[in-house]
Amino acid sequence: MGLFDKFGKLAAERASLSDSHPFGIRIDEMYSPTEGSIQGKRVILAGTNNYLGLTFDPDGIKAAQRSLELEGTGTTGSRMANGSYAGHSALEEELVDFLGRRSVIVFSTGYVANLGVIGTLASAREVVLLDADCHASIYDACKLGGAEIIRFRHNDVADLERRMVRLGDRAREAIILVEGIYSMLGDQAPLREIVEVKRRLGGYLLVDEAHSFGVLGAKGRGLAEELGVDSEVDILLGTFSKSLGAVGGFAACHDAQMDLLRYASRPYIFTASPAPSAIASVRSALKAIKERPELRRQLWTNARRLYQGLAESGYQLGPQASPVIAVMLKSPHEGLAFWRALIEKGVYVNLVLPPATPGAVTLIRCSVSAAHTPEQIDQIIEAFASLRSPVDLVTVGA
Amino acid sequence: MITQEAILERVIMLIGRLAPPGTPIYPDTDLAQDLGMESIKVMDMLMELEDEFDISIHLNILMDVRTPAQLSHAILNLMEHADGTV
Repeated sequence: MGLFDKFGKLAAERASLSDSHPFGIRIDEMYSPTEGSIQGKRVILAGTNNYLGLTFDPDGIKAAQRSLELEGTGTTGSRMANGSYAGHSALEEELVDFLGRRSVIVFSTGYVANLGVIGTLASAREVVLLDADCHASIYDACKLGGAEIIRFRHNDVADLERRMVRLGDRAREAIILVEGIYSMLGDQAPLREIVEVKRRLGGYLLVDEAHSFGVLGAKGRGLAEELGVDSEVDILLGTFSKSLGAVGGFAACHDAQMDLLRYASRPYIFTASPAPSAIASVRSALKAIKERPELRRQLWTNARRLYQGLAESGYQLGPQASPVIAVMLKSPHEGLAFWRALIEKGVYVNLVLPPATPGAVTLIRCSVSAAHTPEQIDQIIEAFASLRSPVDLVTVGA
Repeated sequence: MITQEAILERVIMLIGRLAPPGTPIYPDTDLAQDLGMESIKVMDMLMELEDEFDISIHLNILMDVRTPAQLSHAILNLMEHADGTV
């Protein structure tokens, strides 16, 4: 048996797609946070998670350039072995201040932050309760740690409570894992109600704010801030690769003892630390989140405009207006045709196919940016609307 | 006390609802290879089984489970070790 024979099914599925498919898509040129070139065509980018549009922010670019000149292109090793750069520590201090927490650890990516924190805390004797729609990084982290993994139905607080009651005394030490904004449907966790269950039954609450940091809350700290339950969330997890426009991740805790993870977390210890230029641009982006709340307001204005426009065009969407807008289609085949047609019309979005989607539906996933102009949002709506009737690809109310 | 046969019967009934219509399901049917059940579907099925038997079934058992017979054996094992649920 060959080394790659086990991927035969995957190879057959890949072969059934033509060359124009979303899983090897290449953006040949970037013109701005919201425009690029794909297959020689200028497109509006509405599938990049660039929520605040800070990837081209002049201050961020200057900060990264300065860092490149002063600190070089990479750290060439882990923080444990090679030491931290001044920027790593400064960013952690700035996040401590911004989030009002006592400990922050910066990781190399958001995925690694989840592996590094959840995978270390949720060890073999622990039990974790995770929302069924949690991101793959959370599942992988639980597997890495070896904890007993119990799923509860997505955003169903009664279902969480039922499962905690079944656990008996073990529920008091269980780790509950949810997300601020879910990456596929764009809906938010019912965090107040989850906190209420935690108050009654115990447990520790970890919230991945990957899609909600910089997006929700009066200061942009995320859903826990938005709902006034930040003090009840034991650990916040986040990424630098969405609203902060670079790459990296973090964990933030009210308990200073989380710093012990620096000596226990293998994904922290045994991987290269973030490039100093990325850290420099993240520090600049964090400053923008603090000082420019108008970015958040514009993001939500754009998100509501797109959500409303697509709803009025007759599409079945995710349950609430959000910077992540999911359009539900009938089948993978139709999803692929729809995705290609949108590229032809100058709009780039994400196609997400089962089994990676909740409920095994096919999703066209749009992500909105504060940098989208009203005209661009309208162009996206027009592209969708033009595909609605003639091609009849969409299931409404299915 | 519930028997493994009774659990197996209910497991097969539940799998029947999730598998492609008309597919025969035997105790040694491979959930992934024979029924094409994706991991998400199998995980959803575990949630149904937790409610059916009112026990906690952690995902980790899937590492050793490929067939309805193995699944019913794992559930019986969990029930025998659960507090006050058998």
